[in-house]
Amino acid sequence: MVAVPTALHVLLVWVPTLASIFFSVTDWNGIRFSDLSIVGLLNYEQIFTVFSRDFFQAVLNNLVLLIFLFTGPTLLGMFIAYQLDKDLSGTRIYQSIFYTPVVLSLAVVGFIWQSVIYSTENGLATELFGGSDPANPPNWLGNSDFLIAFSDNLGVSANFVAILIAIAWRHTGYIMVLYLAGLKSVDKSLKESASLDGAGEWQTFRLVVFPTLKPINVVVAVITVIEALRAFDIIFVLNTPRRTQVLSILTTNNLLGEGGGNVGRGSAYAVILFLLCFGFVIWYVTNHYRQEQDA
Amino acid sequence: MSPSRQARLSPRPSQAGFALSRRSMLKGMAGAGALATMPGIIAACGSDDDTAASGDFELGAGSGDLSIGSNYSNELPQQGLAAAVAAIPNGDINAMINEVDHNTFQENISTYLQNPDDVIPWFAGYRMQFFAEQGLLGDITDVWDAGLDGELSSGFKTASTGLDGNQYFVPWTYYAWGIYYRPSLWEENGWTPPTTVAELTDLAADMEGVGITPFAFANDGFWPAMGTFDQLNFRINGYQFHVDLMAGRESWTDDRVKEVFATWESLLPTHQSNPNGRTWEEAAAAVVNKEAAMMTIGTFIGSQFPEDEVEDLDFFPFPEINSEHGLSVVEAPIDGWMMAADPANGQAAKEMLYHFGTGVAQDAYLAEDPSVVAPSSSVNTSVWSDLQNKVFDTVQNAEFVTQFLDRDTSPEFASNVAGPRIADFLNDPSSIDSVLEDMQSQAEVLLGE
Amino acid sequence: MTAVAESSSEVAEKAVRRTSSRRRPLRPGRVALHAFLIVLAAIWLVPLVGAFYSSFRPFAETVADGYFSIPDTLTLDNYRNAWTQGEILQKYWNTLLILAPALILTLWFSSMVAFAASRYSWRFNIAFLVLFTAGNLLPQQIIIQPLFQMYNRVPLPDIMSNSGRLNGSVWGLILIHVAFQSGFCTFVLSNYMKLLPKELNEAAVVDGASVWTVYWRVIMPLTRPALAALATLQFTWIYNDFFWAVVLEQQGADRPITSSLANLGGEFFTDDNLIAAASVYVAIPTLVVYFALQRHFIAGLTMGSTKG
Repeated sequence: MVAVPTALHVLLVWVPTLASIFFSVTDWNGIRFSDLSIVGLLNYEQIFTVFSRDFFQAVLNNLVLLIFLFTGPTLLGMFIAYQLDKDLSGTRIYQSIFYTPVVLSLAVVGFIWQSVIYSTENGLATELFGGSDPANPPNWLGNSDFLIAFSDNLGVSANFVAILIAIAWRHTGYIMVLYLAGLKSVDKSLKESASLDGAGEWQTFRLVVFPTLKPINVVVAVITVIEALRAFDIIFVLNTPRRTQVLSILTTNNLLGEGGGNVGRGSAYAVILFLLCFGFVIWYVTNHYRQEQDA
Repeated sequence: MSPSRQARLSPRPSQAGFALSRRSMLKGMAGAGALATMPGIIAACGSDDDTAASGDFELGAGSGDLSIGSNYSNELPQQGLAAAVAAIPNGDINAMINEVDHNTFQENISTYLQNPDDVIPWFAGYRMQFFAEQGLLGDITDVWDAGLDGELSSGFKTASTGLDGNQYFVPWTYYAWGIYYRPSLWEENGWTPPTTVAELTDLAADMEGVGITPFAFANDGFWPAMGTFDQLNFRINGYQFHVDLMAGRESWTDDRVKEVFATWESLLPTHQSNPNGRTWEEAAAAVVNKEAAMMTIGTFIGSQFPEDEVEDLDFFPFPEINSEHGLSVVEAPIDGWMMAADPANGQAAKEMLYHFGTGVAQDAYLAEDPSVVAPSSSVNTSVWSDLQNKVFDTVQNAEFVTQFLDRDTSPEFASNVAGPRIADFLNDPSSIDSVLEDMQSQAEVLLGE
Repeated sequence: MTAVAESSSEVAEKAVRRTSSRRRPLRPGRVALHAFLIVLAAIWLVPLVGAFYSSFRPFAETVADGYFSIPDTLTLDNYRNAWTQGEILQKYWNTLLILAPALILTLWFSSMVAFAASRYSWRFNIAFLVLFTAGNLLPQQIIIQPLFQMYNRVPLPDIMSNSGRLNGSVWGLILIHVAFQSGFCTFVLSNYMKLLPKELNEAAVVDGASVWTVYWRVIMPLTRPALAALATLQFTWIYNDFFWAVVLEQQGADRPITSSLANLGGEFFTDDNLIAAASVYVAIPTLVVYFALQRHFIAGLTMGSTKG
């Protein structure tokens, strides 16, 4: 029952991952194994020194994204799902609207945000909030000045905030769908009895609904962490404006592409990303499964 | 090179690159240097007296199925390639085109070359030499010896030659970077193309006076501004410095580089502001709509013009800055074809490559896609537009030809370092010293110095 | 067997809900909620409408006038051109060949692992969940390069692959989708299955049901809303994949539908309006699946049927 799926998963996901950990201590262009040489921790050392400017900015962006996803779209998606679960008229229409961004392919998501919304000359954001100076149009995706600066080369840039909005547009519907499925498992009678007891809406949610949803909350929390750490596609499709890079983009830029890329350094970026994710997994496992085991 | 509207589909074509060892980098540059020294790229047409077939290649002997890789996925280039392939005189070759989109092809070239089609589209010069050195390409010296020498000048031959002295490439099309503008707008206002940067500055003041932005400017995807950087660098410092800087033999913190950026900063007020957030198509639209007077870009800007207005497009070389170097350099990226190292049908592949180097195939292509020009000496230039002829003449008369920043150096350095850092400069010109220091420290690692 | 019972309980529940919502008076809270949702939905819609609108306009016009301008010309040309140039029909088929087996196998495999690991206490269940949960967190980028090298060395008979290798075959793409996505699905399903009362297993086992029977007849039907939600998401992801397809399938003609959009972009010039039109074709199947499956995760029969 578990043998085949596990073997497949291990062979095609874990074995390559371990191989990449090995590649991260090599210098290799991905073409001929005979050109591979082992260089120890050189790739890591260079990432933390020569390439540190882009690297630390990427780590910061991943963290900002993590905080943003939890406080923004995840909560919003949960809220929308909770409301739409209440037999609201038009609920399917609302659901469809919020879900559509999730299904669109990246090509069109890129077009929408780059051209339709954030175009310097023609974008809707420019038409609505563009100000009046045609000689100095707003620069939604290009303005890499820091809104919050931690140093000269580290901070939260204006264009990253613009991209966060695009990410929220996509992430909210995703969370909404997961919660909608989860909410179906909440016993309606629980809610009804709670409201008969005079509990307010917020109390019912907090004391009755939210605790019953614990497994779904865990799923959503994990997904949000994954999305934040693994975030890639929208930023990539918008051409990774300056100071909006995240770790997965540095990985791709170094690993794939022309000339076989730089498999050694690219893998080192991937391993760093993996360690961040794995740190989270360990934390999650020790807290979550152990609790469960004790219970 | 990478001017494709990028990465909403996938990464910029050259977003990731290869790290060259210092040795191969220097050798690579030696090859590019050779390209440089030829006086006029077309000058030596047909100078080779030995055109006899050699090796196992024999024209007309090919037959059977032949797979041709293609990254000519959008409409006109696709039709052009189909027409060119169909024009091969040998009817026994059954060519099948394996078409993928341009971005992902370029992005995945190294995995693709491990399972390639027999005939492969790619770039001349440095970018081809890397793969030839990896043993991923087939030697087609015999195809050149069989008569391509008579079709293509020695300059193009140099650009097709690997580090081992053999040929691995057949040139197919090229275009030129320069300053493109709409003559009708300029005539209306009595403007004429400037020949020095001082004239350019005066002219820009005139343009601003009538409420027209002198330069349209974009840098989304980080490649468009590389074009301007190249122009300023080789106008100020000349060809050899440009080549050496790309090879990591000169430092980015050198005063000569600082002068390039200082000049650029002084010209920035004549450019559209906030280029980093603008796509090149949007900037080109400003030229089309006559909101901006000109743009430093490649011939492909024509694709943004409505069909009935494309005649109203011309260009002039970036004006002289340093009289020592004058207008000696032109940037003209060359695209073409290569053969797999171990082709399934080598005889047919070579015959197709030979065909691609001839005027017959190139005429057939240009008939569908007139946005570029072709290198064969037997190509029919009489049907070309004035613009095509001008590109041809400009390249022919240039003393030195460069490809493009991301074709003349390690693509990894170009896309992961040079592009983003130039964007940082454009966002905040005052940060240039810190930007250049950072660039240099990364160049030292990536360019192996 | 359960189908009849389910659908009748579904009908009953719908009836109850309908009457209960009819009874409810329109409170100010509801009005505020609707106002909030309408505003939010409008914000969500604007980018979509902008892209959709541009798909009916010639490129030259939007270049000249911008995306939110009064149209001179409204045309279906983009749709006609996108259909032929994008070879949409052929690419739908390519995608189906990958998607259908991958989707079914992913859900089947991960539901088995999730079932085994979440419904039974055995020594390794935590290890298994950790394996899959952690696998679910791995970035695709860390896998691709070794995977490519591996695929390139696995021979396949010619009837299974034009290339003679796992690389460049539909099988390779199916396998990696299943392997990669089963991390996520196992994780979600195991959490979902924990919501179901433990007594269900015990009762069934007491009745003499085998593990397979418990899995297939008891737990799987109850997991339907989660499966439906997952199927929707998985359909979307596998369908929209371009990352694996580009590296592992070199034949342009065999690539999935996502390549149609890429093919419409050129080296320099990309007609965004044409892409917008093609995107509508590309989005249709995912929306259809969403509407088809929405009913199931809206149906909300989990607790109802356990109670009933």
